Amino acid sequence: MDYLLHIAILTAMFATLSLSLNLVAGYTGLLSVAHAAFYGIGAYTAALMAQELHSQFLLNLVAAGALGGLIGVIVGVPLLRVRDDYFVMATFAFQIIALGIMNNWTAVTGGPLGMSGVPRPVILGWTVSTQWGYLGLAGGLCLGVYFVMRRMVRSPFGRVLKAIREDEVFAQSLGKNVAHVKILTFAIGAGFAGMVGAMYAQYSSFIDPSSFTVMESIFIRSIVIIGGAGSLRGPIVGAVVLVTLPEILRFVGLPSSVAANVRQMLYGGLLVVFMLWRPQGLLGEYAFEKGSATG
Amino acid sequence: MNANLLEIEGLNKRFDGVKALADFSCSIREGEIVGLIGPNGAGKTTLFNVLTGFLGTESGDAMFRGQSLLHRRPHVIAETGVARTFQNLRLIRRMTVLENVLLCRKHQPGERLCDVFLRWRTIARWEAENQAGALSILASVGLEEKAPDLAENLSYGQQKLLSIACCLATGAELLLLDEPVAGIAPEMREHILSIIMGLPGRGRTVILIEHDLDAVSKVCSRVIFMDSGTKICEGTPQDVRSDPRVIEAYVD
Repeated sequence: MDYLLHIAILTAMFATLSLSLNLVAGYTGLLSVAHAAFYGIGAYTAALMAQELHSQFLLNLVAAGALGGLIGVIVGVPLLRVRDDYFVMATFAFQIIALGIMNNWTAVTGGPLGMSGVPRPVILGWTVSTQWGYLGLAGGLCLGVYFVMRRMVRSPFGRVLKAIREDEVFAQSLGKNVAHVKILTFAIGAGFAGMVGAMYAQYSSFIDPSSFTVMESIFIRSIVIIGGAGSLRGPIVGAVVLVTLPEILRFVGLPSSVAANVRQMLYGGLLVVFMLWRPQGLLGEYAFEKGSATG
Repeated sequence: MNANLLEIEGLNKRFDGVKALADFSCSIREGEIVGLIGPNGAGKTTLFNVLTGFLGTESGDAMFRGQSLLHRRPHVIAETGVARTFQNLRLIRRMTVLENVLLCRKHQPGERLCDVFLRWRTIARWEAENQAGALSILASVGLEEKAPDLAENLSYGQQKLLSIACCLATGAELLLLDEPVAGIAPEMREHILSIIMGLPGRGRTVILIEHDLDAVSKVCSRVIFMDSGTKICEGTPQDVRSDPRVIEAYVD
């Protein structure tokens, strides 16, 4: 049972990460591969706060989100000066730099050894210690982010996001401040990723840079693509599929050394299959191959 | 009524040594429909791009209602009341016709993120008003029945008409229309021309680029013929069409 709950908690966290990336990539068309960096920034923020200050979980969550969002603005301003493929490369570079800092700023992050013994979440004197409690937190965060996203994308603001994704020049010619909206969206996505980081750090109680690599960013993007970019529920469906599917492999009886490789092959294979036959994903309306090619 | 809405003075723009605009000057009065004609590469679209902030210039100035349009970002210029269509037709194809027009309306509180969360009731009400406004604009150009259709499912002519409706929806006073009737079936062409002729009556001023001289003669009160980035001549459609330099350019 604990194992199933663990899978459910992971699914909820990856669904939240993908929901936040979907705002950036699926709705606004900014194909960032730096999402795991913001996820990591949030994780280290919350881990440090919990360890050094013994602060409340909700405070850590807000601080992780705020710092993620702030760094999102700081790196978003220069990154968003370039477009399309160049933007992807620029976010890739930021992802590498962020990982480099996590690995080498040993005094703060513990370097490659990471941080262990991150305290469990404390909410007004109640310490979360059961899997059910964690599922409540992760599920609650996921639901909260889902409703925030829903309000945003269904509003006139969401219409502007889609317009930027489809035709930036047209949006500008109508008087929309495209640069401003892009930075705002990028920062919001980064902030929510930071919040999931806080959740993850205090759930697993151990974090190290290997959880925040570019592979992780690509994994989150795969969830968005396979679930359906630009659809509200797509990322949730994508997270369920991509988090649970590899777990099923455990029961096929493959030796663990092979299973890890088979997992990667499965992700790669799924991505290729979807790009070829269903570029809009399971529930999506926006096909990456068409959308990203037009200026 | 006859104050100059737009005053262009000595605009210069070159691309790798080629002069796209060479000391181009003209003035546009309020309520006019001015046709901009000339051979390909004469600098007509370049002029539109400069006026709407998509291109910079080396020298000269363009004053709209006494404010310079130069050195401003495109969205700021759109805010001051200059809207344009594009030669290669820009619309959000995977949105409905109605959504396209809604998108174009200006000063929408629902586009400000803090309002989306803090004043969502107000926004819902505003969005309803916005929708009524958008539908009346669509009705005024005869596209109201197409409101729920995706823009990509419209005919080419209807898409061009929609792009004009979008310009109207921004509330801009000065509309820059880049080839509004090029490549369109005769019936739709006449319809679009009649819409354009009605624009001054709605308080709009129009500059349009068009190769079709008959269309230009029909709707424009004044025509400017440009070549190699400069104004060669201007006047009533009849005068300009009988100018030998224009005849030479258009007979081939």
